[in-house]
Amino acid sequence: MESMLGVVVAKYNYWLYVVLMMIGFYAMIGKRNLVKKLLGMNIFQTAIILFFVSMGAKRGGGIPILDKEAALAGAVKVAEVVNPLPHVLMLTAIVVSVSVTGVALAVMQRIYKEYGTLEEDEILDKIGRS
Amino acid sequence: MNIITSLLPVAAVGISLLGAIFIILANRRPNLRESVTLLIAVGKFLLVLGMLPTVLAGGGFVFTLAELIPGVPFQLRVDAMGMFFALVASFLWICTSIYSIGYMRALQEHDQTRYYASFAVAISATIGVAFSANLLTLYLFYEMLSLSTYPLVTHERNAEARVSGRKYLTYILGTSIGFALPAMLIVYAIAGTLDFTSGGILTGTGVSPGTVALLLVLFVAGFAKAGIMPFHGWLPAAMVAPTPVSSFLHGVAVVKVGVFSILRVIFDILGPDLLLSLDLGIALTYFVSVTILAASLIALTQDNLKRRLAYSTIGQLSYMILGAGMLSAAGMTGGLLHIAMHAFGKITLFFCAGAIYVASHKKYISEMDGLGRKMPITYFAFFLGSLSIIGMPPLGGFLSKWQLVIGAVQADQLVLVAVLLISSLLNAAYFFPIVYRGFFAPAKNGTEGDGFHEAPLWCLVPLTITALGSLILFFYPGTFLRLIQLALS
Amino acid sequence: MTSNLPLYVLAAPLLTAFVVNLAGRFWRGSVAILSLGALLFSTISAVLVLQQVLTHGTIHYTVGGWQAPWGIELVIDPLAALMLALISVVALLATFSALASARQELPGREHLFFTLYLILISGLLGLAVTGDAFNLYVLLEITSITTYCLIAMGKGRAPLASFNYIIMGTIGACFYLLGVGYLYMLTGSLNMADIQSILPGMYGSISVATAFAFLLVGVWIKMAFLPLHGWLPNAYTLAPSSTSVLIAPLMTKVAVFLMIRIIFSIFSPDYAFFQHVGVQHLIVWAAALAILIASGLALAQTDLKRMLSYIIVAEVGYMVGGVWLANTAAMTGAILHIVNDALMTLCLFLAASAIVYRLGDSKLASMKGLYRRMPLTMAAFTIGAFSMIGVPPTAGFFSKWYLILGGIEAGSWAWVYVAALLISSLVNAVLFFRIIEIAYFQGGGEHGHSAEMPRQEACAWQLSPLLLSAVALLAIGLAAGPLVEHLIIPALPAGF
Repeated sequence: MESMLGVVVAKYNYWLYVVLMMIGFYAMIGKRNLVKKLLGMNIFQTAIILFFVSMGAKRGGGIPILDKEAALAGAVKVAEVVNPLPHVLMLTAIVVSVSVTGVALAVMQRIYKEYGTLEEDEILDKIGRS
Repeated sequence: MNIITSLLPVAAVGISLLGAIFIILANRRPNLRESVTLLIAVGKFLLVLGMLPTVLAGGGFVFTLAELIPGVPFQLRVDAMGMFFALVASFLWICTSIYSIGYMRALQEHDQTRYYASFAVAISATIGVAFSANLLTLYLFYEMLSLSTYPLVTHERNAEARVSGRKYLTYILGTSIGFALPAMLIVYAIAGTLDFTSGGILTGTGVSPGTVALLLVLFVAGFAKAGIMPFHGWLPAAMVAPTPVSSFLHGVAVVKVGVFSILRVIFDILGPDLLLSLDLGIALTYFVSVTILAASLIALTQDNLKRRLAYSTIGQLSYMILGAGMLSAAGMTGGLLHIAMHAFGKITLFFCAGAIYVASHKKYISEMDGLGRKMPITYFAFFLGSLSIIGMPPLGGFLSKWQLVIGAVQADQLVLVAVLLISSLLNAAYFFPIVYRGFFAPAKNGTEGDGFHEAPLWCLVPLTITALGSLILFFYPGTFLRLIQLALS
Repeated sequence: MTSNLPLYVLAAPLLTAFVVNLAGRFWRGSVAILSLGALLFSTISAVLVLQQVLTHGTIHYTVGGWQAPWGIELVIDPLAALMLALISVVALLATFSALASARQELPGREHLFFTLYLILISGLLGLAVTGDAFNLYVLLEITSITTYCLIAMGKGRAPLASFNYIIMGTIGACFYLLGVGYLYMLTGSLNMADIQSILPGMYGSISVATAFAFLLVGVWIKMAFLPLHGWLPNAYTLAPSSTSVLIAPLMTKVAVFLMIRIIFSIFSPDYAFFQHVGVQHLIVWAAALAILIASGLALAQTDLKRMLSYIIVAEVGYMVGGVWLANTAAMTGAILHIVNDALMTLCLFLAASAIVYRLGDSKLASMKGLYRRMPLTMAAFTIGAFSMIGVPPTAGFFSKWYLILGGIEAGSWAWVYVAALLISSLVNAVLFFRIIEIAYFQGGGEHGHSAEMPRQEACAWQLSPLLLSAVALLAIGLAAGPLVEHLIIPALPAGF
């Protein structure tokens, strides 16, 4: 039991990402309001970003800005800098996430103009009646 | 055997496909359109006839059009069995074309261009089936025939035609995709080829008896055009089509393509020896005997002339399968020969039914009392046709039935002899009353007029030719017998 | 030296997209010229690349001179080259029709529409050639985002369908991204070939299995593999015709290609198929079930485009099952079916688009007497329908042949899949003959020969690609032997 707790505490960042992801997932699937769905989507994406970012992090690692002379001399200690690649990847992922959100918001505006509401139930109701 | 690589079979198949395009182009000029139809009909017959001497001398023609699947090309090959069928079909197509012109013009039918074009495609597919070198090519033409005849069956475009068309495709397309296609794939998976090879391609592959039985069932069910019960329902339904369609397609081409496909499978895919060693042939004969008797009995109850002929066809088709199922020389000869004999007899009967409809607009037998006195030629042709179907000398049908009976006796299957005899009696029972009522019954409600009132000459000539054909075939069956002999050797 | 050719294939539509946006504002006609020109250029380049790959083998192209595994690598193996050619040809044909539809559906906004449209095409082309797992994610999202927008341009409920697609599509993409994350943690690499060379030592690990599962589920959502198909029918039905002619033939097929990429270029067939035989069987059975359920659902539809959408879902089952049967015949069938299904779907959606153009909707009931009204359109539609049913000699017959053969060869456990394929062929026959019957019989009266409808064929912009695609279906069918031998067999992933 204690070891279990140990696992959780030692890798709390991963547990956090799983919890966040589940929250986002629930909101995307379970919520009936389109804005809430979209928020769920953002939480979901953020969870993955967190996952990637923590993947690159190292205890005691510094920022990966290297002295050119030292690096060329071959004196880079990998353990002393965090892995920059996942972070760079996440810059792209954030761009993707922002653009998806932007598109979703625009689409939602069109839905609101069409139906006057963003509640899925009410929209389906209106479609059913028309 | 010298097999010649030649474009002749392609031309024989392709001429009417090409013709269909010209027919469509000649849409607004009926005379030109009908001339094209006749021209390609005669052309096709001559092309087939041109290949006959070589085939009779034991040779053949082959042409590969495309490579479809490794080991299975899209290939046409003319052998004795295919030649036999193509000869019958292409000759009768000429008669049908002449008859169509008379029938369609007399009734002032609509959409004649589509009718002639579909017909041309259908005859291409029929000859294609006859000249297929392997099962896949045969399947291709088989489906082409199913689809090209749909517009013909639904020609009337009313509610009844719609229902019949649906039924037609459900039976024909459904069984071919559902049963024949997987059977073909299983054969390919086992043998790695689909070529028609005398003696079959499955012998020596170590295939299990259960699989062979399954394949036989799948193929017999899959080629539903042969009308074996319980896959016969489409044929009476398809009788809503104009009579030339019924006579040619549902008396000759479509149904015999079904029989021909099953015979091809028995002879050249599964192999008679393999079937014989597993006693599957006899099982098949018993199975189709049910169809022979049941269809004849149902025919007795039909008042609509065309439906009666349809049920008669269902019974007769099973004769051919019965003969093949005996797996003896006499039986197989009888089965194959019956394709030709029945074709001539049945097309005459359908032509007569159509001529009666054109001349008097009567469809039901009960209305036809006394009609024979007004249409003596038609009725006499009808009489000859029915004699041939019943199997009486001096008409062609006698020869094939005789061979079948010999085959049954040789196989020591007295039950089959009994089936053949009872069925012949039933044939007589449903044909003779029609002729008798036509000639001797007093006409109802005084419609009896003076003099003759025959159908137009365009209708009368073809039905006379086919009726005489039945007669001639009794005396000169030589060519056909030689072809069958070659096919079975 | 034509070494930059692969990049030109992708770059042409991408760069043109922005030019179209600007030039289209000033001169409407430039949209057509520029889009068609760019796609024609792409098509020619793609065919040249295909020829080059077939004669000289796989091309490895390093973008910007950064060597793999650090830089982004384009890997154009024969399968990728085949996909490049397929995508560019289908896109080119679809564009003719889309230009006509867009003029009618989105008057004045064509330049915006075609900006997105061209970006989508270059995204699809990129997906075919990328050799980098993360790059693939980015391209996947480029195609998805543009598709969301293109669908949302439709009328009425289209934005709602697009929103649902956004939610589902994002879940799929995120799953894929998670899978890539796991792989990066395990191997420290994003280059597919590099990952593949490092992974075998860890195949026992549960993390590898998790990564594999995430990647698979991700692309399954993108390809609408039942039961993850919920977003597709609405999105494809409600999208403007000009959109659906492009996305319907290509999106699901590219996703199937991605699945093949994941299995063969990141993992290995040994790992994917044979280490857990139970999983393989389960997926093939799921595919069979997907085929049956989707075919059943298609039967219940009364709208042509919606019916076709469900058929697409069923066809996805064909291909997933074919890939997971994991033998040569089935794999040949699956890849041939990617090509054939793209063309069949193109043909049918082009016909649907022409019908919508003339009739205003795609309800089955409004198609009465259509054979008289639009004979050429319906002739092409009939060929497409025959191909879907699998009537020889149309293309669809041959891919179905290989798929069923693969099912038979796989052994007795795969009979469900074989049965599902046959039943689905029969259902397709019912589906299409129902339409043919409606269109063939005149509506209304018992006897249709009176009231002749005026002939009103689709416009040349729509008719010409439609007829071309129908001819292509016949040509592919008749040339199936050489095609499989020279194009599909070389494109089979290594090990098959």
